[in-house]
Amino acid sequence: MTSTLVRPVTARPRRARRPAALTAVSLLIAALLALPLVFLLIETSGAGVHKVAGLIARPLTGELLWNTVQLTLAVTALCAIIGTGAAWLVERTNLPGRRIWAVLLVIPLAIPDFVVSFGWVSLWSWVHGFRGAVLVMTLAVYPLVYLPVAASLRSADPGQEEVARSLGTGRVATFFRITLAQARGAILGGCLLVALVLLAEYGAFELLGYQTFTTEIFTEFNLSFSVPAACALSLVLVGLSLLVLGGEGLARGRGRVVRTGGGTQRVSPPLPLGRAAWPAVAGVFALVVLALGVPIYASIYWIFQGGIPSVTGGSVSMLDAIAHTAAYGAAAGLIDTLAALPVALLAIRHTGRVRHFLERSTYLVLAMPGVVIGFALAYFTEHYAAGHGYQTAPLLVICYAIMFFPLALVGVKAAVARAPASLDEVSRSLGLSRLATLRRVTLRLAGPGLAAAFCLVFLSVVTELTATLLLVPTGVQTLATQFWQYERDNSYAQAAPFALVMIAVAAVPSYVLGRFFDRSASERG
Amino acid sequence: MKRTAMRHAVSRHEIARQGAGLLAAVLLACAALAGCGSASGSSASGTLTLYSGQHVQTTQSLVAAFEQQTGIKVAIRSADEDTLSNQIATEGANSPADLFYTENSPPLQNLAGRGLLAKVSPATLSHIPRQYNSPTGQWVGISARTSVIVYNPRLIAAGQLPTRISQFADPRYKGKLAIAPQETDFQSVVTAYDRAYGRAATLSWLGAIKSNAAGNIYSSNETVLSEVNQGAIAFGLVNQYYWYRMRAEIGAGRTHAQITHLAAHDPGYVIDVSGAAVLKSSKHQAEAQRFLAFLVSPKGQEIIAHPGTGPGESLSFEYPLASGVTTLAPETPLSRLQPYPITIGELGTGTTAIALMRQAGLL
Repeated sequence: MTSTLVRPVTARPRRARRPAALTAVSLLIAALLALPLVFLLIETSGAGVHKVAGLIARPLTGELLWNTVQLTLAVTALCAIIGTGAAWLVERTNLPGRRIWAVLLVIPLAIPDFVVSFGWVSLWSWVHGFRGAVLVMTLAVYPLVYLPVAASLRSADPGQEEVARSLGTGRVATFFRITLAQARGAILGGCLLVALVLLAEYGAFELLGYQTFTTEIFTEFNLSFSVPAACALSLVLVGLSLLVLGGEGLARGRGRVVRTGGGTQRVSPPLPLGRAAWPAVAGVFALVVLALGVPIYASIYWIFQGGIPSVTGGSVSMLDAIAHTAAYGAAAGLIDTLAALPVALLAIRHTGRVRHFLERSTYLVLAMPGVVIGFALAYFTEHYAAGHGYQTAPLLVICYAIMFFPLALVGVKAAVARAPASLDEVSRSLGLSRLATLRRVTLRLAGPGLAAAFCLVFLSVVTELTATLLLVPTGVQTLATQFWQYERDNSYAQAAPFALVMIAVAAVPSYVLGRFFDRSASERG
Repeated sequence: MKRTAMRHAVSRHEIARQGAGLLAAVLLACAALAGCGSASGSSASGTLTLYSGQHVQTTQSLVAAFEQQTGIKVAIRSADEDTLSNQIATEGANSPADLFYTENSPPLQNLAGRGLLAKVSPATLSHIPRQYNSPTGQWVGISARTSVIVYNPRLIAAGQLPTRISQFADPRYKGKLAIAPQETDFQSVVTAYDRAYGRAATLSWLGAIKSNAAGNIYSSNETVLSEVNQGAIAFGLVNQYYWYRMRAEIGAGRTHAQITHLAAHDPGYVIDVSGAAVLKSSKHQAEAQRFLAFLVSPKGQEIIAHPGTGPGESLSFEYPLASGVTTLAPETPLSRLQPYPITIGELGTGTTAIALMRQAGLL
């Protein structure tokens, strides 16, 4: 019924108007996000072509390339299967305890990858190398696929499946040909995030003793006192992430799944699992135990095993670390959610090669190791601001905002897509001002997606380590840096409480995320 | 249909309200953050900033005693010493750091080579035997330790262990050896090997070690030690204090690994020096020099010597370098060690060792 209202009003000329302001703001944001890349180019050109070529051409590069590529492929594939499978079970079937799983399945996102690997490594020494890395990283990042796929499965039009079934297509065939096709964009988007995050991961691999390009970049920063050499290697990483982005673009193709009817969405009745219900519950339960149970168990285990009763953390209390971590996360989440709006509006509501390129370019930053982005900001404040602002809270927050912008963009894009321009136009035609339209129509429809974007950034900040170590104000510890410090000293008993608190702090937004994605589930009754 | 729509409207209203609440919380948080920022900013003018790669607990213990004695506040920034060294180089003339305290000499030598360190006061330098200080007087040695073999007696008998570092390359140790080639401690062994046997021999030795340690190459000494202790691997080479620290942490009952020295004057038997320096860019030169003086004073050195977690103690388990202060653990006194004779200057920044390890495919 909404659609009959909306359609005639859709005003083509307004849409075609060149969004100059939007493009300008987006360009500015993209330029800010390109700062780390500029830094890489400056430093690398300083090192000289000869040295850079020598660094890249050594035998280890091939080994690292293979390590990085095989891990990225294996983990991305596993995440796609596990994330999609879990999302389908929760969203489309009558899986017992659906609403609890919807929350529990997201929380592993809140556990820093290095805490997951700490949990496994500290309990079982066989967890290392390639197998260990695949296991730990899959458990740590599958929610990046689960979240968007769950959202897309819910908002997908059930009519297509019903038509397929009524035309005699079997259940399994319908799943593969209709359901998966509808979720394809979300699956690919999730896989893209997984692959980029894997490229930049450091802490987990360092604990697992698995060498990738990023661990080598850290070695270079740490060992040879050679920032240029580390930057040269980072450029290879940028090249890899361009490949990933290109690959995802190709796989996505030009096809788009559209729902023609606007307005309130009809909810499909959950598929009865029948006798498959209990195996399905067992599977989801096992996933939650492995991804959530093991790190929590390990933390509690180490608290009770504790050797030295009080190797004092000194000046920094747990509360202090929580307060700072939460404040940084909230500030960066807010900035990113706001900054992602113009870019998302541009990407969703307008077409054009330049704008498309602009939006895609912002993803590159996700594959850059935090230490590179941290050094880039240190470099720029040193060279252009005489060191002002360096190691202050605002610069650290800006650093986080740059690092996690792509995560916010994913959420905000989904939000903007839910609030089609046509509704704006209706509102405007009914005499509401532009601001009022934004407030009463666009933001209201997009609200949950914006909250999701905020939460994703918040979670990532809570678990960020390497850039934080460089830029955090002296004397301040975040939960992650304090955990890392104890862990580095093998003071597991002291490290463990910080791991638990990190999980607890990040579980709040995870819960919000889970509930947001579960919203319509409750409407199913 | 209509009712669903209404419910939607209600829930959206709620979301909007929650959103407003969230926004308020964020703004509050930001305000609090700005408050913290300005507070620490104003107090920072009267305090020293110490970049420390030394173990946190040791550093905190030393700083607490210094603050009590002098009334000068010291803000500690703890991270990996090499990262800090790079960071100071990137910060250049605007570095917020006044002092740099490390576990090993190469990061200090790196900054000295870039001309970023101030001269240490001669009185401070005179407390420490000359061979442990910066050859150019730009940093002072504080404590030292030596490399040892760590082994698990359940997996290998003491008599079966190599006694020389060159024997680590013996094929009979295939699958028994663990190493952490990225650690500065391992670099100094490679530098010593290169000095003793020359480049070609070092390369083939590294190649053999890589094959013997295949699957057991770790990024930290702590991991090598805990793998040996858990019985996952037979032996490795680490600095002795890691073993003492682990024993203090997990208790003697769960310490299965043992340590033993290599043969006297073997290139694998190297002394690593922990040192400290004042940055040339520091605006608090006098106070910073006082901190160095404190580190080499009897009080500072006693803190390093006395194992414990109380005031005036630390879990350093290193050898204090000033004469007259002795340790309970390690048991062998520093004067009785028989290390390979290599100077701080020869250890340098470790670039040759790194180049060799790269060539051998270990890095």
